[in-house]
Amino acid sequence: MAMDSGAPTGSFRLSMLLYDTRYRSYTIQIFALFLLMLGAAWLVDNTIRNLAALGKDFSFSFLWNVSGYDISQRPIEYSSTSTHARAAWVGLLNTLILAVMACVTATVLGVIAGVLRLSNNWIIGRLMTIYIETFRNIPALLWIVVFGAIMAESMPAPRDFRGDTPEATMQVFDSVAITNRGVYIPAPQFERSLGTLDLGFVAPSLDAIAFILVVVLSIWANKRLIAHATKVQNATGVRPKTWWKSILILFGPAIVLLVALGFYLDYPALAGFNFRGGIHMRSSLIAMWLGLSFYTGAFIAEVVRGGIMAISKGQSEAAAALGIQPGKTMRLVILPQAMRVIIPPMISQYLNITKNTSLGLAVGYMDLRSTLGGITINQTGRELEGMGLMMLIYLLLSLLISSAMNLYNNRVKLRER
Amino acid sequence: MEEHHGLNYVRTEMLGEQAPPVSEVGAVRWVRENLFSGWVNTILTVISLAVIAWAVMAIGPWLLNSVWEAESLAQCREILAAAGAVNEHGTFGACWGVINDRWHQLLFGFYPPELYWRPILAFVLMLVALAPVLFPNVPRKWLFFSVAYPFIGFFLLWGGTVWLPLMIAAGFVVGYIAARLTSGYSTLITSAAAIIAPLIWWFYLMGPVTEALHSMIPIGLEAVQSNDFGGFMLSIIIGVTGIVLSLPLGILLALGRQSNMPLIKTICVVFIEFVRGVPLITLLFTASLLLNYFLPPGTNFDLILRVIIMVTLFATAYMAEVIRGGLAALPNGQYEAADALGLDYWKAQRLIIMPQALKISIPGIVNTFIGLFKDTTLVVFIGLLDPIGLSSAIRASSDWQGIYWELFIFIGAIFWIFCFGMSRYSMYLERRLKTDHR
Repeated sequence: MAMDSGAPTGSFRLSMLLYDTRYRSYTIQIFALFLLMLGAAWLVDNTIRNLAALGKDFSFSFLWNVSGYDISQRPIEYSSTSTHARAAWVGLLNTLILAVMACVTATVLGVIAGVLRLSNNWIIGRLMTIYIETFRNIPALLWIVVFGAIMAESMPAPRDFRGDTPEATMQVFDSVAITNRGVYIPAPQFERSLGTLDLGFVAPSLDAIAFILVVVLSIWANKRLIAHATKVQNATGVRPKTWWKSILILFGPAIVLLVALGFYLDYPALAGFNFRGGIHMRSSLIAMWLGLSFYTGAFIAEVVRGGIMAISKGQSEAAAALGIQPGKTMRLVILPQAMRVIIPPMISQYLNITKNTSLGLAVGYMDLRSTLGGITINQTGRELEGMGLMMLIYLLLSLLISSAMNLYNNRVKLRER
Repeated sequence: MEEHHGLNYVRTEMLGEQAPPVSEVGAVRWVRENLFSGWVNTILTVISLAVIAWAVMAIGPWLLNSVWEAESLAQCREILAAAGAVNEHGTFGACWGVINDRWHQLLFGFYPPELYWRPILAFVLMLVALAPVLFPNVPRKWLFFSVAYPFIGFFLLWGGTVWLPLMIAAGFVVGYIAARLTSGYSTLITSAAAIIAPLIWWFYLMGPVTEALHSMIPIGLEAVQSNDFGGFMLSIIIGVTGIVLSLPLGILLALGRQSNMPLIKTICVVFIEFVRGVPLITLLFTASLLLNYFLPPGTNFDLILRVIIMVTLFATAYMAEVIRGGLAALPNGQYEAADALGLDYWKAQRLIIMPQALKISIPGIVNTFIGLFKDTTLVVFIGLLDPIGLSSAIRASSDWQGIYWELFIFIGAIFWIFCFGMSRYSMYLERRLKTDHR
């Protein structure tokens, strides 16, 4: 008789697949899986038939053929006799160089503009509002084209720098030349260089690596010094003077290293019809860099402003009650809390910059899209493989950036008990 | 009172109120508090004033020397030189003649000039169709026009036989009839019928029926090819279609991502993360280069349609994430309350969840719309003539070689008006829908 009470069990009917919520989800999922496989099969079948009709196969061997085209901006050794894979790698490096440069300047611009828009100063607040609303509401591509046109049409040609009364002069103590072919800046050089570390796919300068290593070690040592000072202060109540030790530790080793390597600046100088020496930043790079920085800077400014405004007024009032100065209130009370609000949208802005570097085509910047996704595809006719590979690289790049930033986000996240 | 009378050092009447110090009232106080309250502020004010002065000095004379009537840059420079608008770099003044000369190209691309009334009418009707959607005080009956507008707009812009848009619209009627016929069965069967019946109609029956009707009653407008579309007309077509389609699809995708069916959820997550991980430009190249591989041999369909599909898919993924944020912000009690009322999934979504989730995500939704509209400029890379593509073409023409500011200001200003208008509308909508009493 116990069987009679309780829910009806064991009487599964076929109609329950449609009407019973417990089983209906399986019906839907199986149906969806069926549709998905059908669609995939249809696409694959079409692709195979189309490839066969065109007499093509699906293979990535074209990557090891000679590319036969030049790339203007080469961070590593590359010539038209290099392979397509090498060209794609050069393009990827150019993408990364541009993305890193634009992320840094966009962050600086955005933080400044975001903080100033909230300032009590009426006039600068309005100016920043104009900057933000102008750049946010006009397409990035238009800004890139505008900066490209300014570089190409408004800047003086190298020959204008010649003669006794030149039409154009170099900037910043005669060290920077802004021309319509790009910007020439001084290049750091070493008389007793350590050479480069040739890893095949990338050849970083050993001098730069040594310098970065020394700076990182100095910063770490300085942190230890300050930790020690805090410990002494906690034990004795008197904080030992550390400022001169800090300066010595931070700058001493770096200066010693630079002197030992024979550091000097190689200034660009007019030679013939063009500038020689220094680092040549091409107009395309400058246009992309400025365009992306100013455009994304406006978005980052809004992110920063939103983050600061999300911190309740009580926080700054409490800081004022404790007698903390306004500047320190911002640095010690508001920003650390605002960072938690700011970082997630900031990640997506960095991702946007990385993806927007693909607009380089508009001004002839040779990024991944212009090399692998542009000339290589045109020359080899391998649209399917080239586009697939390029999408995969962008996808990996996005995932890498977002996971790296998420790691950082988890570190600064509010720990709730 | 008597004894105090002789003490003349005690006042017998109050002093009149004195005016506050000059530095504490009116404009002076405002300037002191807002511009010169500290040395940092003073420096900022001075720098800002210098920037403004520099901008006015640089742009003011250039604008004052505007030339509107000119057929080429050379002619414009002659007029400027004759008027004496010269500085050390040559003539100095804005040559708006380029806008005067080419505005029709920037707005309509290569659309036949004698047919300009069609895109203009379509644009005006679009505003009429949007009004009941955007503003609550427009009569609700007008929504019928909004529903009919996509077909009217399509007919006006592309022309051709009138039967094609009518038969496409008939597909929805077919779906409705199929849904009514199967309404006695499970919702699953009803929705499947409502999707499959119109698909069969569109793919297999519509073509012959349209041809038959057209041969019997040939009504229509002169057909215009997609290649002739360009300028802001193209941006608005792609932008508005993408916006209208991406919201409902984004909602479905967001619901799919929240679903507790693992397979549906996986499909949605993979789609969203893939689309958000690659630049739009690669998707557009897929539309122009790769679609020929994925479709049956011999199929070829309109490039604008392909671009609209890709832009919509792109915006849909971002939209889904925005709406997911809104869904996540809703307290669990709302879902539980809907369950407690005995509402089924779709009713709960329609009546309880979505109205709140969408309201929370208005700023994000409108930002996605603005981003989509700006992204329509990327179609220049696959050979469609959007305003930026046309500006390059104009700058390459012999008449206007070397001009750029005037063109870019014109294009930028139009984009700015649209995007800024959208962001203002979103603020208005937020205010209107605000129900809390803070």
